[in-house]
Parts: sequence; C-alpha cells; structure tokens
Amino acid sequence: MDFELNENQRLIADMIKDFGEREIAPFRNEWDDKQEFPVHIFKKFGELGLMGVLVPQAYGGSGFTYDEYITVVSEVAKLDPGIGLSVAAHNSLCTGHILQFGNEEQKQRWLPKLATAEWIGAWGLTEPNTGSDAGNMKTTARKDGNEWVINGTKNWITHGKSGDVAVVIVRTGEVGDSHGMTAFVVERGTPGFKAGKKEDKLGMRTSETAEMIFEDCRIPETNMLGKEGEGFVQAMKVLDGGRISIAALSLGIAEGAFEAALAYSQERHQFNQPIFNFQGISFKLADMATKLECAKLLTYQAAHLKNNGKPVTKESAMAKYYASECAVSFANEAVQIFGGYGYTKDYPVEKYYRDSKLCTIGEGTSEIQKLVISRQILR
Amino acid sequence: MNILVCITHVPDTTSRIAFTNDNTEFDKNGVQFIIGPYDDYALARAVELKEQHGGKITVLNVGEAETEPTIRKALAIGADEAVRVNAFPSDSFFVANQIAAVAKQGEYDLILMGRESIDFNGGMVHGMVGELLGLPSFSPVMQLDVEGTTAKITREIEGGKEKLEVSLPFVAGCQEPIAEWKIPNMRGIMSARTKPLNVVEPTDATVHSQLSKYELPPAKGAVKMIDADNVEELVDLLKNEAKVI
Repeated sequence: MDFELNENQRLIADMIKDFGEREIAPFRNEWDDKQEFPVHIFKKFGELGLMGVLVPQAYGGSGFTYDEYITVVSEVAKLDPGIGLSVAAHNSLCTGHILQFGNEEQKQRWLPKLATAEWIGAWGLTEPNTGSDAGNMKTTARKDGNEWVINGTKNWITHGKSGDVAVVIVRTGEVGDSHGMTAFVVERGTPGFKAGKKEDKLGMRTSETAEMIFEDCRIPETNMLGKEGEGFVQAMKVLDGGRISIAALSLGIAEGAFEAALAYSQERHQFNQPIFNFQGISFKLADMATKLECAKLLTYQAAHLKNNGKPVTKESAMAKYYASECAVSFANEAVQIFGGYGYTKDYPVEKYYRDSKLCTIGEGTSEIQKLVISRQILR
Repeated sequence: MNILVCITHVPDTTSRIAFTNDNTEFDKNGVQFIIGPYDDYALARAVELKEQHGGKITVLNVGEAETEPTIRKALAIGADEAVRVNAFPSDSFFVANQIAAVAKQGEYDLILMGRESIDFNGGMVHGMVGELLGLPSFSPVMQLDVEGTTAKITREIEGGKEKLEVSLPFVAGCQEPIAEWKIPNMRGIMSARTKPLNVVEPTDATVHSQLSKYELPPAKGAVKMIDADNVEELVDLLKNEAKVI
C-alpha cells in the first residue's frame, strides 16, 4: 500500500495551483461577494481536462481513476470551495450518471460535450419536500407514445440555471416504491424545462444552486438512462461515488484551513513570541493534523475500493461523514486561531468557515451518512 | 524542427533557503522543486514552435534521479522525449559539457534554455554550450520566430533591444516575453508517463570548481526614520553611514 501521492497526482496538484494562482485567487472574493458563478473558469477547466476526469479518453475525457479525481477536487476546493463543489457535481453526478448508466449511443452523445465543458451538467434528485427522503418525490414522468412528459420541480440543484444538460430522477411508479423512479436526460432548450430561483447562500457562493422546473416537458424515450424503474437505485450508486467527491471537497477545505492556520500561528506574535508556542494553539493544530490524515486515509480507501469495482457504500459514507465534519471543525478552529483577522474577509479562513458547512449537508447530511453506515455494519 | 530544451531543477521561488552540514549543503527539507522559470519560457516557446512547424522536442536535464518528477512535468507540458544525464550539476562548465555531449548525438535545429538558472544564477551555460559546439549563442532572447532555416530573434542589450537574423542551428538563453508559461493538461499528464525518459551517464565527470561554503546574505538592518524637516541629518547619514552618496 502506497501512502504517498503518485506522480500524476503531484503534477495535477501543481497544474491546479499554477492555474488557480493566476485565474482564480485574484477574483474569488469578488465572485463570492456577488455570488457569481464563473462559467469561463469551467470552460478553461474543460481545456485542462478537469471536467471529465473519470471519463475514458474515447469519450473525450481524461481517463483517470478516483485517486487523481480526489486530487482534482481537493486542490480546486483549497483554492475555492464553491468552484470545487461545481467541479465535483459536474464530474461525479451528471457526467458520472451518464458514464455509469448510459448506453453507448447516449455516452457518445453527451459525454464528449460534458468532458470538455462545452456543456455544464446538472443532476436533479432533491425536491422542496424531499431531501433525504428521496423516495417520496413528487416530480413525475408520464409515458405518451414514444415520449415521456415530466412535471414537477427539483431544487438545490447545482447548475440548475447554467447547466446545459441535466440528469433528473423522477417518479414513474408508485410513491414510496424504490423501483418507481426513472432517470432521464433533459437538454436545456427543451420546451417546458426552465430554471427557477437561484438560491442566495451562506457559502459556496461561487457555485450556482437553483431550481429546475418542468412543465409538460416532453422528452424522447431515447433520453431514458437504463430501464424504467431503475432511477432510484442508479441514483444511490451515483451517490456512492458522489460521497467520495464531497469527501475530497471537504479534504481540500480542511487542508486549506489547516495550512492557513499553521502558517498564521507562526507569523502572529503575541507576548513576544509566535502564538504557535502556546499549547492552546499548537494542540489545536496537532489535532487538526492528525484528523486530516484520518480523513485522507478514509477517502483514499473509498477511492481504492471504487477503482477496483468493489462495494463502497459504507466506506464512502464514512469518508464523507468524517472529512466533512473535519472541514467544518477545522474552519471553525482556523477562524479562532486567526482571532479578529479570521473574522474578516482579508484572510481566507472566513470564507472556508462559510463554505465548509455545505459539506455536512449536501449529497446526504452527516445524519444520513450515519444511517447508511449503521445499516451497513448491521449486515 | 528538432529542438533541444535544457531545463534546470531548482527550488521554488518562495522556498526558505537554509544550509546544513556546516553550511556546505543546501537544505532540501520541505523544499519544493520546479522547472527553472526561465527554462519554462524556453520550453513554452519550443512547444509553440513545434505547433507551428512540426518536429520534435527533447528535454534535457543534468541531475540525479530526484529531478525526474520535474522532467515528467516538462513531458506533460509538451516535450516528446527526455534525456537525464545522471550527475550532480556541479558547475556551469560541467553542465555545459554534458549538454554539448548530448547535443552532438542529435541534429538539433535549436538548443533552448533559460537565460540563467534561479539557484546559482550563473547565466553562463548557453554561452559555453555554443562555444563547445561551435555554434552562435544569444541571451537573453525575448522573441524568437523561425522561417525556414533562419530565425528572427530579439534580445535584450544594455539600454535597449537588438533584433537579429540568425541561421539555424544556434543556442539561445530565453526570458519573458518569449512565450507564456504553459500549464500541462490532464492528457499531457497522462501521456507523460509513457514518453521515453532516457538516462545516460556523464561523458566527462571532471569538475573544475569546488564548493567550500554557503553563506546567506546579511539580514536587512532596521529602518531609520528621519524627520522630514531634518534634511541635513539625512544627507549626513547617506554620505557617512550608508556611504551611498
């Protein structure tokens, strides 16, 4: 077992840092302030190959494994968690769903556009009244000849407004039946498919979150992913990978907050010495350093299983749960170490503090992760 | 066009510089190494020239095995193959000899490198390589365009710029704005693994210089504040204490 980053991962981390220092760092506070989703950055990410990390080269992707994917998401998140979140959602949810469950024709049709960021992808499972309880969704698709007619609203959707294509999971059977849901691909511009309200958020403000509204939206049968009734089961499998994404996102935030706090603790002098010399501060950092390693090991373990096609439900839930809780607590401690300065926008920890909270909520709350883990350990 | 790009493996510009072993060795602990920034310009221009004219880029480094990640990055950016001369780059003359030996093995139209490394900043290697190969050498080159068998170059000279037309082949030490630094993409990173990286032993291991000791520049002194009305004292201090006027 090798615990060091491989050569690809080091090159990828370097590439993202080099790009980010020039193209992201100087602008992120402004984007955050205005809640601007910087689409042009994603187009450039497309050129760099960061929007189809797991997509085979035959479909225009980069053809890497989850190991490199974790590096991508965490390094981008370290620069800007919101952009990291959008990279994660695009890669593992929308693109990941089509990659895992699309037929050959569907893969040929959508993956090259997604992998190069010609199109930005969205993925819709959640609804206003069904977050964790996805089985009770209200959005429906009714068959009409060779078409399906979708009605309903999906919300909290990353790229719900700017997404050029969306995978949506909708009800095609009975309420509460886990085999009563089906996944469809809907392209922007399809009559009856429109964007609703863009959310005004606490953090992750550089990532767009919006409603997707379907009103008698007709799509051809050929846009169905897999078979009728498989949508929920597919979504759960997509989320198994999605949790690795959010674990990686959390790792980036945790590491960013830790590194910022560690550096500041050596620069900031009080009582004629660096504040790192006080155990009240250095013990916080020692705890963070230890937990960071735990979060990394859990995340890479999940990636290793996923790369080898093994069941990953429990391990990805553990990684997501632990790493996201680390991100929130590290950001909190980092603000504390920075003191008054940490409470201002002059230092990055204020933003980590706001951005991190999404990690314990999105793609399954910490409580849902514990539910998943507890069900798995009972077997 | 066949281009040889020589790269150095140097500490990142923000590294903390410290020495060990009684100040006889650079302390590499915690230091990240990068492609020399000026070499990076040379490589970027080589990639552009290859895009325009076709051909092949060979990247060359004189260094021990630890430099291979840096070489892989150059391959990821766009070089086609790499040669590592397996030796510690002791001094400029040693490095220039190794480069010349490799250059003689291939028929290169251009031999590009940075105008200087950013560790020892000697800025001598390109001139030495030119002499050893009997080729003209130019530095610092800020612009380089190739048409057929000639190149138009612009180099910086004292107080201005000089535009020259040169026949290929030649040696150039490059600097900005010859090209924009290139960031490797994921495909480049993936393909870097499979591109050839040949390790060769040094041809002549004679080292003509010997390092005795490193020394950091003296720490900056404290700032002396002088009242704006007190010009006399300022002049006196500049003349007698700082001795700059």
